[in-house]
Amino acid sequence: MAENQVIDDCKIVLIGGSTGSIDVLLKLLPALPPTLSFALIIVLHRKNTSDSTLANLFSLKTNLPLKEVDDKDSIVPGMIYLAPADYHLLIEQDGTFSLDDSEKVNYSRPSIDVTFESTADVYGPSLVGILLSGANADGTNGLSAIKRAGGVTIVQQPETAQVAFMPQQAILSAPIDFVLNIQELISFVKALNKA
Amino acid sequence: MIEEKEVDLLLNDLLEVYGYDFTHYARASLKRRINRLWSLDKFPSFAEMRYRVRSDPNYLKRFVEELTVNVTEMFRDPLFYKTLRTDVLSKLAAKPFIRVWHAGCSTGEEVFSMAILLKEANLLHKSLLYATDLNSEVLDIARKGIFALSPMKQYSENYILSGGKNDFSSYYTAQYGHVKFNEELAGKMVFSTHNLVSDRSFNEFDLILCRNVLIYFDKALQERVLTLFNESLGPLSYLALGAKETLKFSSIQLQFQQVETEKIWRKIK
Repeated sequence: MAENQVIDDCKIVLIGGSTGSIDVLLKLLPALPPTLSFALIIVLHRKNTSDSTLANLFSLKTNLPLKEVDDKDSIVPGMIYLAPADYHLLIEQDGTFSLDDSEKVNYSRPSIDVTFESTADVYGPSLVGILLSGANADGTNGLSAIKRAGGVTIVQQPETAQVAFMPQQAILSAPIDFVLNIQELISFVKALNKA
Repeated sequence: MIEEKEVDLLLNDLLEVYGYDFTHYARASLKRRINRLWSLDKFPSFAEMRYRVRSDPNYLKRFVEELTVNVTEMFRDPLFYKTLRTDVLSKLAAKPFIRVWHAGCSTGEEVFSMAILLKEANLLHKSLLYATDLNSEVLDIARKGIFALSPMKQYSENYILSGGKNDFSSYYTAQYGHVKFNEELAGKMVFSTHNLVSDRSFNEFDLILCRNVLIYFDKALQERVLTLFNESLGPLSYLALGAKETLKFSSIQLQFQQVETEKIWRKIK
């Protein structure tokens, strides 16, 4: 696959997931190159505790700088960002994050749709959205928004997902460019890197 | 989906017709709230939504209330409340009188949480809790002290994690799916509208709580509000922010010292 020709200038890779997605990330993160030309933003459904267990767990698997987002942080290429528990994560036109503790969307806060739609609004064609395993329909609308804005949409191959529902819903209702197994997913993300 | 310039038009209308200034609110969230309202209220076009906002003051109330986020809970982030108990109230105890300001209190769940902490520290009798919000509707709810029964189980767990030793249900009476908190708590509260964007400081406080309000503002407005708080805080008083908010990078930073690892700062200069 000539994946790196899919998108010229990838600025952001978004990864959304729910049940069963942490395992995929624990495989993806150690496989990433030592520097990245884009920012990687991870939005996972998680417990409402504000502790940093998940960020610590991911940090152990990568040498890239990883941060749980604080309000108004700037998006810097080469960084990995994790949406904090109990807040929606949005992107402003000036390339900073903003947080929002409004109503849950798809029973979730953070909601994958909220971050995907908001990022599509700002980064459109420079954006890749990836949806992983999960038991919820969150992410489908977000992927549609990314596609409308000219970005690239990917879902984890449902047969390889611990819970197939989330990627299946996306395949049914959103325009998906690539359906990839875990190994293909890792190769795809690596091929996006220009650093 | 609303366009950027349509958002600008609406914000101008709100300012020009009603004097509400949302131009320094964080745009991404505001835009999402407007889109949400557009589809909730089934406007066929942007022009119709705009006309309704401009011409119908009753609708405006709904619009402003929905534009601002009024999600709140009791004892949210229990460890924050634990630090309030152990590190802050113990220091304030020596004062003859304790003034607390909840800025952006919404429907009041945090104010009642605070009153319970003060009560358990034997400080409630000499405390006054000022609670303000932009929306008079949410203040009406807060003033009544009546909340839905369903989240009380979660609140009770939060309360215990915060170091609460009593039976949480002893603070309220339950009836028909709602609870009413004891008058003793509400008796120490003063509710009033106050707009952080345009209103001034109105008193000097020993503790200001403004949690998950600044996230809705842009940096310039955050700076204005933090300066307003600084002017409203006496020596060795405290400022508490939300879990993802910070004093760092603000002009008042050097006058404050963080308490433990929680989002609580003490004014030292």
